[in-house]
Amino acid sequence: MKTVYLDNNATTQVAPEVVEVMIPYFHDLYGNPSSMHSFGGQVGKKVRDAREKTAALIGALPEEIIFTSCGTESDNTAIRSALATNPDRRHIVTSRVEHPAVRALCAHLATRGYRVTEIAVDGEGRLDMDQYRKSLTPDTAVVSLMWANNETGVIFPVEEAAGLARERGILFHTDAVQAVGKISIDMSRSSINMLSISGHKLHAPKGIGVLFVRKGTKFSPFMIGGHQEKGRRGGTENTPSIIGMGKAAELALLRMEDENTRVKRLRDRLESEILKRVPGSRVNGDTVHRLPNTTNLSFEYVEGEGILLMMDEFGICASSGSACTSGSLQPSHVLRAMGVPFTMAHGSIRFSLSVYNTDEDVDHVIEKLPPIIETLRSMSPYWKSLGDEACARF
Amino acid sequence: MWEYTDKVKDHFLNPRNVGEVDSPDGVAEVGSIACGDALKLTFKLDGEGKIKEAKFKTFGCASAIATASALTEMIKGMTVEEASRITNQDIAAFLGGLPQEKMHCSVMGREALEKAIAHYRGESEKAVEGHVVCECFGVTDIEIERAIRENNLASLEEVTNYTKAGGGCGNCHDSIREILDRVRGDMEKVPVARPKMSNLKKIRMIEETIEQEIRPSLKQDGGDIELVDVIGNRVLVATRGACASCQAANQTLKNFVEVKLRELVWPELVVEEVTQ
Repeated sequence: MKTVYLDNNATTQVAPEVVEVMIPYFHDLYGNPSSMHSFGGQVGKKVRDAREKTAALIGALPEEIIFTSCGTESDNTAIRSALATNPDRRHIVTSRVEHPAVRALCAHLATRGYRVTEIAVDGEGRLDMDQYRKSLTPDTAVVSLMWANNETGVIFPVEEAAGLARERGILFHTDAVQAVGKISIDMSRSSINMLSISGHKLHAPKGIGVLFVRKGTKFSPFMIGGHQEKGRRGGTENTPSIIGMGKAAELALLRMEDENTRVKRLRDRLESEILKRVPGSRVNGDTVHRLPNTTNLSFEYVEGEGILLMMDEFGICASSGSACTSGSLQPSHVLRAMGVPFTMAHGSIRFSLSVYNTDEDVDHVIEKLPPIIETLRSMSPYWKSLGDEACARF
Repeated sequence: MWEYTDKVKDHFLNPRNVGEVDSPDGVAEVGSIACGDALKLTFKLDGEGKIKEAKFKTFGCASAIATASALTEMIKGMTVEEASRITNQDIAAFLGGLPQEKMHCSVMGREALEKAIAHYRGESEKAVEGHVVCECFGVTDIEIERAIRENNLASLEEVTNYTKAGGGCGNCHDSIREILDRVRGDMEKVPVARPKMSNLKKIRMIEETIEQEIRPSLKQDGGDIELVDVIGNRVLVATRGACASCQAANQTLKNFVEVKLRELVWPELVVEEVTQ
């Protein structure tokens, strides 16, 4: 059975071109870039190349790029560094819809004497900018706001938010794990101090992350060890993955247009056809300020896990924000923060596409999904009483 | 991804007995859409008091659907009395087990069954017993205590897996830990060596158990039972009413009366029917 992979916000296929450039660095060119001999030194050159390519993807300088092990490490490093370099300030501003890499860290810091303000979002997942402005105080050490939401794809006005922080002398970090490679990002004209990237979300392997730290931003390392990454992140470089990351960054730049035209059209077609064919369905989140590859759909009176497992029978891979799949017994914190009603939140499905998706993939879902919803609704005790009314509406 | 058994997957992908029975004898609705799962169970009896038809409607995850499907299969052909003895562990076992995090689905199945039987027996809706401990999922201390006892739960996480209590905001975690400590404390006291019982005491306890635990159930089916004598481990009884002419009376004696008496009086006893 063919796999139709529409879960690219969870992880992506490593691009074949990326695998190809990585392979020699496992068995032939295994030298340590820190070595004095040329066998190691030649690898050091390739790491420099990769750093340049990664910097180019976000309009940064090569020396502003620190390679880490993952997006979570980048987020932890950034926020902890901001706190360590502003020891007199005890306040953190973030949002209610952040990824656990930021959210759980902030919750942890709240138990360590820091005050955390979580900015609310509206029903469309848009940041409450009034609350944000008011939350910035002389005690605020750092703001951490995601660039784009992993569940809904909703894009926050991070540049505007960063500008407001800068005016007040507050460091600004953004978790841009979902945004980098999908939308154009330029750090050369930006107020953002720190930005996190995860390799495996843009067709590089798992186990490689990036932290951009703007030149001139005070920095305190998280991983303390050798002089690697100019002493900002100890530990021998993960050379194959760094080189793979460089290639993935290069490809992402080349494919950015495809992502924002063809992939976007695929997503839009998937979304509109499903909405048309399935009564009692809707899109969660702002559809204007949104990543081109993501759609979060809700189906009334059914539960997401059942939808996922039935789609799995047809090789379709997606995610759900339902309680049963979150492992927490409650629907996703993102959908709850948005105030999505329970009748809708439990039946939410996220499709996230990549440049590797095709029209056939979308056709497959359009064909298979509506009958799945119908089957599950026929089992739901809520659908019968409301079904007639719902059908009449559509 | 959850590790579901093949039987869970089968009952989810090919659910049995979906729908609602026409003019049912027993009906129950448990759960709510806010909590993320809900089950409507209906059943109908045949002329002999056995469950002829059972159907379900479920809103919930794959294991909630599979559990309800399994439950309807299990109770078909059973008497109400037999069905009333099904535990959540029995439902999970029928499916070859459920992931720990999904055991609350089996508890929901048992709750629906109990409620549907109560409806059939005309027992008025019990006033909410105990007080709500978990506000997020509306779970009472009684429900938590019962799950701890019946499933031998030892940790907060297990209580959440079986009842959902504590799975939301987490404000009730301390209260759940207190209940756990109390109930576990009681449970550990139980298996003390039983003092040797005098025949008089045995007879008194058997009479009491029949009166409180056994007779009300038999009366539902128009039957009755009387203690005739106790000789060593032999408990001699006579059946009355519908039981006296019922083909299944012997089974009821062994599977229900004997089980109950062994559980509540002493474990070695044997129930025998005598004709008078």
